[in-house]
Amino acid sequence: MIFRKLTLASIGVALGATAAFADTTVRLLHVSDNPGAVALWKKIASDFEAQNKGVKVDVQYLENEAFKAKLPTLLQSEERPSIIYSWGGGVMRAQAKAGFLSDISADAAPWAGTLSATAVKAFQVDGKTVGIPFDTGEVGFFYNKKLFDKAGVKADDIKTWDDFLSAVKKIKAAGITPIVVGAGEKWPIHFYYSYLVMRIGGASALADAAAGKDGGFKAATFVEAGKRLRELAALEPFQAGYIGTSHTQAEGMFGDGKGAMQLMGEWALDSQATNAADGKGQPIDNIGLLSFPLVPGGKGVATDVLGGINGWLVTKGAPKEAAEFLKFFSQDKYQREAAAKGYYIPVVNGTESAIENPVVKQIAGQLAASTYHQNFFDQDLGPSVGRVVNDISAAVAAGEMKPEAAAAAIQEAWDQQ
Amino acid sequence: MTATIASPGAASRRAGGRGGLTVLIFLPPALLLFTIFVAMPMGEAVWYSFYNWNGYGRPENFVGLKNYLSLIGNAAFLRALANNGLIILTSLAIQLPLALGVALMVAGKIRGAVAFRMIFFLPYILADVATGLIWRFAYDGDYGLISGAMSLIGAPPVYPLADKSWAFPAVLVVIVWKYFGFHMMLYIAGLQSLDKSLLEAAEMDGASAVQRFWHITLPLLGPMIRLSVFFSVVGALQLFDMIVPLTGGGPFDTTNTMVSYLYFFGITRMRVGFGSAVGVVLFLFCVTFALGYRRLFMRDD
Repeated sequence: MIFRKLTLASIGVALGATAAFADTTVRLLHVSDNPGAVALWKKIASDFEAQNKGVKVDVQYLENEAFKAKLPTLLQSEERPSIIYSWGGGVMRAQAKAGFLSDISADAAPWAGTLSATAVKAFQVDGKTVGIPFDTGEVGFFYNKKLFDKAGVKADDIKTWDDFLSAVKKIKAAGITPIVVGAGEKWPIHFYYSYLVMRIGGASALADAAAGKDGGFKAATFVEAGKRLRELAALEPFQAGYIGTSHTQAEGMFGDGKGAMQLMGEWALDSQATNAADGKGQPIDNIGLLSFPLVPGGKGVATDVLGGINGWLVTKGAPKEAAEFLKFFSQDKYQREAAAKGYYIPVVNGTESAIENPVVKQIAGQLAASTYHQNFFDQDLGPSVGRVVNDISAAVAAGEMKPEAAAAAIQEAWDQQ
Repeated sequence: MTATIASPGAASRRAGGRGGLTVLIFLPPALLLFTIFVAMPMGEAVWYSFYNWNGYGRPENFVGLKNYLSLIGNAAFLRALANNGLIILTSLAIQLPLALGVALMVAGKIRGAVAFRMIFFLPYILADVATGLIWRFAYDGDYGLISGAMSLIGAPPVYPLADKSWAFPAVLVVIVWKYFGFHMMLYIAGLQSLDKSLLEAAEMDGASAVQRFWHITLPLLGPMIRLSVFFSVVGALQLFDMIVPLTGGGPFDTTNTMVSYLYFFGITRMRVGFGSAVGVVLFLFCVTFALGYRRLFMRDD
C-alpha cells in the first residue's frame, strides 16, 4: 500500500516536473560512437533549449546493430523518437512508404540551400524532404606512402584498372601485403564491387538496374564488375585469411603498417589509428588517398564518388520543434566546429574550409568537385538486397561464385522484395 | 437412499468447488502470461510467415506458402539445417561419451576431484558471446593460439575460420569444449546417487570393472543419459549467441545454425515474413523432437 502511494506520488512528481520544465520534448536518437561529435550535438541541444523556453531536446544513443533491429518496432510504438539517425537509401524509403516519416519540405525549403544539393536530395523520397543530411564522405584507396615507396610504386601513375593491377603485383613482389580488407564482415569488400559497377556502367548503372533496364542486375555491367573483382582477387592481393578478417582487424593491420592499401570510407583515418597495436597507427602525413581506378571502356569517370551521406529523419507526429531544431543544428558555426575538430565532413556549404586534416581536406575537395555521388550500395538498395550484394562480393572475390550467378542472385533478391 | 447418493455427489462437488476455486485463482495469471508471451507471439509469427513483409506498417503482401517453399531449395538454409544435425551428431558421438568418461574419473573420491570438476565446468559458466570472442582470437591466424602452436613446429599459420572446410569443425570443437562440462555435472550427480550396494554386491560376485560399468552403472545412469541427450539436442537446435561473434555465419554461410540463419537472413535483412517462416519451421522441429523424445524414451523417468 505504501509502495503504491509512493509510486503514485513519484509519477505525479514526474508529470509535474515535465509540465513545469518542458512543454515539448524533442527526442533525438543517434548511433554515433564519436565522443567529440556527441558532445557537440549535446551542446547544440542545450543552446537550443536555452533559446526556446519550454522545449527540451533529449540526445539519446543506441548501439548501431541494436538501433537497426529495434527501429521497426520503435517507430510503430507511441514511444518513437522525434528525430532518428539515418543512412538514407532503401531503409529510409521503406520507412517513408510505411508512413512513419514527416514531410518537412515546407520547413526545410527556406534554408536547405545552405546545404550540399546532393546531400539534400539523398534525404528526399518522391520529391518530399523527409530528413536533413549532416555529413558526407567518400570511399577511396588509403595507402601507406612509405610502403609504396619501398615497392617503387607511384600513386600518381595509377589511373586505370590495369595500372592498379600492375601496382598490386609490384607491391606483392616486394614482399608487402598489397591490400588489407575485412571481408569477414562482407561490407568492406562490397566497396570493390560497387566502384567497379560505377566505373563500368557509369553514374546511372544502379538506377538503370533498379528500373529493370537490360535485364536489371543481370546486365553486363554487373557481370563484368564481378569478373574484374575476381581478376584482382586472383592475384592474391589481400592478407592471408581475409575471408574471416573483421573490419577492425583489417584497420589495425593498416595502422600497423602490415598492408599497403585499403579501400575504405573516410572514417578509416580514425579507426586505423584506434585499432593499431600502438593506438596511434600511421601518421597522417604517411597516408595518401587514391581514387578508384578507371576501367577501360567503362562509362564512369574518376570524379564519380561512392560514399555515405548520413542525416536525421523527422518521424510521424514529431513536434514542429523537431524541424526547427534541425535548422538550428545545421548552422554554419556548429558544423564548422565539427569540420575543424575533424569529427565528420559536414554538408553545410563552405564549412569544408575549416577542415584541418590534410587528407580529409582532400576528400572534401573531391566531394565538392564530384560529378556524381553514389550512396553505399548496401544502404541504397535496402537491407535485403544490400546484404546480398555484400555476400556475393565476398563469394565472387574468393572464387566461390561465378560473376553471372552473383548478378542473378542480386536480381533474385530484388524481385523478392 | 438420497443420503447415499447425495454424499458422494456432495463430496465431489465440494472437492470440485475447492478445485474450481484453486483453478480460478491460479489459472488466470498463468494463462494470461502464457497467452501474452508465448501463444500470441507464436500465432503472430505464423501469421507473418505468410507475408512478404519488411517489418514496417502492417503486413499486406500475402504470398501464401512462398516463404516456406523458398526454404526447400535454399542452399544456405539447408546448410544451416545440416549444421544443426552435425552438432547433434557430434554431441552424441563425442561430447556425451567424453563427459561420461570424465565424470567417471572425477566422481570418485580421488585427490583434487573437486578442483578438476570445477575446471571442466568453467567453460559452461562462461557467457556464449564471450566464448565466441575468445575462440575467435584463439583461431586467429596472425596472433592466435593455434597458429602460435603451429609456428613452434615450423608450420605455416592457419586460418580455420576463413576456410570453408575447417570453419565448422572449428565451431564444433568450441561447442564440445563449452558444453561437455554441463553434461559431466549431470553424470556426476547421477553417479553419486547410484545405489552403492549393487556395485559392492557385483564386486563380491567377481564382476570386473568393465562388467560393473556395462551392466550396473550404465543402466542405472539411464535416466540421466536420456536427460542429457534431451538437453544437448534442444541446445543444439537453439545454438545462436556463440556463432555470431565467432564466425558471423561465415565463411560463405557455412557455419550458420537455424537460429543464426533466421537472424542473418530474416532480421538483419528486414525480411520479417521470411524470418517468421524459418522460426515456425524451427519451432516445429523443437516441438516434434521434445514431444516425440519424451514419449519414446523418457516416459518412465
